[in-house]
Amino acid sequence: MTTATPSSKAEPAASHEEMTKKAKKKRSLQFHGRDRTIFMLMVAVPTFFHVLLVWVPTLASIFFSFTDWKGFRFSDINLVGFLNYEQIFTAFSRDFFQGALNNLVLLLFLFIGPTVFGMFLAYLLDKNLRGSRFYQSLFYTPVVLSLAVVGFMWQSVIYSTENGLATQLFGAGTDVNWLGNQEYLIAFTDNLGISKNFIAILVAIAWRHTGYIMVLYLAGMKSVDPSLRESSALDGCNEWQAFRHVLFPTLKPINVVVAVITVIEALRAFDIIFVLNTPRRTQVLSILTTNNLLGEGGGNVGRGSAYAVILFLLCLGFVIWYVTNHYRESDV
Amino acid sequence: MAPLMWFTLTLLAIALVAGVAMTKLETRFTKGRLLLHVFLVFTGLLWLTPILGALFSSFRPFAETVSNGYLSWPQALTLDNYRNAWSQGGILGGYWNTFLVLAPALVLTLFFSSMVAFAASRYSWKFNVSFLVLFTAGNLLPAQIIIQPLFQMYNRVPLPDVLSNSGRLNGSVWGLILIHVAFQSGFCTFVLSNYMKLLSPELNEAAVVDGASVWVIYSKIIMPLTRPALAALATLEFTWIYNDFFWAVVLEQQGADRPITSSLANLGGEFFTDDNLIAAASVYVALPTLAVYFALQKHFIAGLSLGGSKG
Repeated sequence: MTTATPSSKAEPAASHEEMTKKAKKKRSLQFHGRDRTIFMLMVAVPTFFHVLLVWVPTLASIFFSFTDWKGFRFSDINLVGFLNYEQIFTAFSRDFFQGALNNLVLLLFLFIGPTVFGMFLAYLLDKNLRGSRFYQSLFYTPVVLSLAVVGFMWQSVIYSTENGLATQLFGAGTDVNWLGNQEYLIAFTDNLGISKNFIAILVAIAWRHTGYIMVLYLAGMKSVDPSLRESSALDGCNEWQAFRHVLFPTLKPINVVVAVITVIEALRAFDIIFVLNTPRRTQVLSILTTNNLLGEGGGNVGRGSAYAVILFLLCLGFVIWYVTNHYRESDV
Repeated sequence: MAPLMWFTLTLLAIALVAGVAMTKLETRFTKGRLLLHVFLVFTGLLWLTPILGALFSSFRPFAETVSNGYLSWPQALTLDNYRNAWSQGGILGGYWNTFLVLAPALVLTLFFSSMVAFAASRYSWKFNVSFLVLFTAGNLLPAQIIIQPLFQMYNRVPLPDVLSNSGRLNGSVWGLILIHVAFQSGFCTFVLSNYMKLLSPELNEAAVVDGASVWVIYSKIIMPLTRPALAALATLEFTWIYNDFFWAVVLEQQGADRPITSSLANLGGEFFTDDNLIAAASVYVALPTLAVYFALQKHFIAGLSLGGSKG
């Protein structure tokens, strides 16, 4: 990062076409004296904070996951190899696999539910509609609200056992314990399945996620050439054909972004589940991590970090795929 | 099933009336358009139900909600919940604490990320893409892998009493500001570098001919042209930092410096919780972000599409 290469030093062997391309790409300059110091500071200061507070802790977590640290004094740290990982896959396998399954269910659900519905809403709002902005706000408002507020709304207003809206509308006059019912709706084994209270949480997540997806697709559709749609109408396509074969293929960049956001959000999902979480069967990996690090019976830095590393590794594949995809033919 | 039927019929009736009114605004009144508007009003109302339910209950005494349910005709409407939430929930103090974190974090995040984005997207040097990758990937990490070492780090950094009630970085506003800046600058660098990359390369060259320094090119030429992206990011980051839950919960356990979003927890009693009081407090908590969203909707949407437009 210390040397800024001058564009004039572009290889003389390069063809003329390549040269102009290079010249366009490389607007670099040979810096001297004060400019050089300022340029270095502009990069170094933000990078220092980002690396110190984001990447150093990440590496530290990987290290802690191989120790038995309880989080008090550094002198208590003992290396224990893969013990924490072994324990997660044996003694805590019930917690872990239920959590991982919930992450997977959340991921599939986000694709089937909010993504499809969000795209559908965007498609409707893109029809040159009066009051489109207004409708957009209706669906987007949940995204702007704090999770503390969203959590309260669902916990009390909707899912309150005795008098919540859901109880009043669907309870047929009796109490319904929406968030506390740990029964499996779909059971794979005795200790693995999709519990009813997790489905209640999924509804709340979908409510918030749909508006986000809608806005992303709406922005993508706005940039589609309107003549494309007109010509497909002239060709006698029906609405579904026009969407499927004309509009949808042009949305590929947005689809990639939505896919990445959905996968990463499904893996990182925390806030809304943390607020609505009941003791069992609604956990996801991020909750298991947090509980082991700070929650009741917590203070197990070693095991908590091992959970975090598993979560990190699951995210990492998608992060690498996305980042390389984005910067591959990068011209920056 | 009676309440469900009434609820659905009421929504449908409103949707029909509003749908007809909306369709009349269209250039041509067609059946298709009418159906579209009715559907959108109906779904939109359904979407707002949790929010409207909370808003409605905030004007009612909790005893009434308990005996009649959230969906019931009000016998008494009152502002008591708002008065009590304001005094008992420490709303004003919460707003202030949030502001103390939000304002510097927002400014520093945009300042830092714009500098990195400028250096890495306007100039080619050996590692410029590597730096962008570092920031972009950092933004996609799960917060859980950061939190424990960060907590331990913050616990070991002493601060003078003037700067912190806790005497350490942990539990002070400074700690929160720092992690917001460090974490959010990942996303902002990504978005800003995408934006700056598209600005004409001649801008730099012309400025160099005029003898402008790097700092002048950054602050006087590139930054003014990046204003749309900065405005979009500022509105997005405002709501993200304002609504932050995770960092505040973990790093601000002490209480005195806790931001507004945690004021809801102050109102929960050990044995009895007045949910309508919390509903009123929720309205206080939600107001600033809603105001920003409705006032700056254009920038808001632009920010989201900037972050998402390049795959």
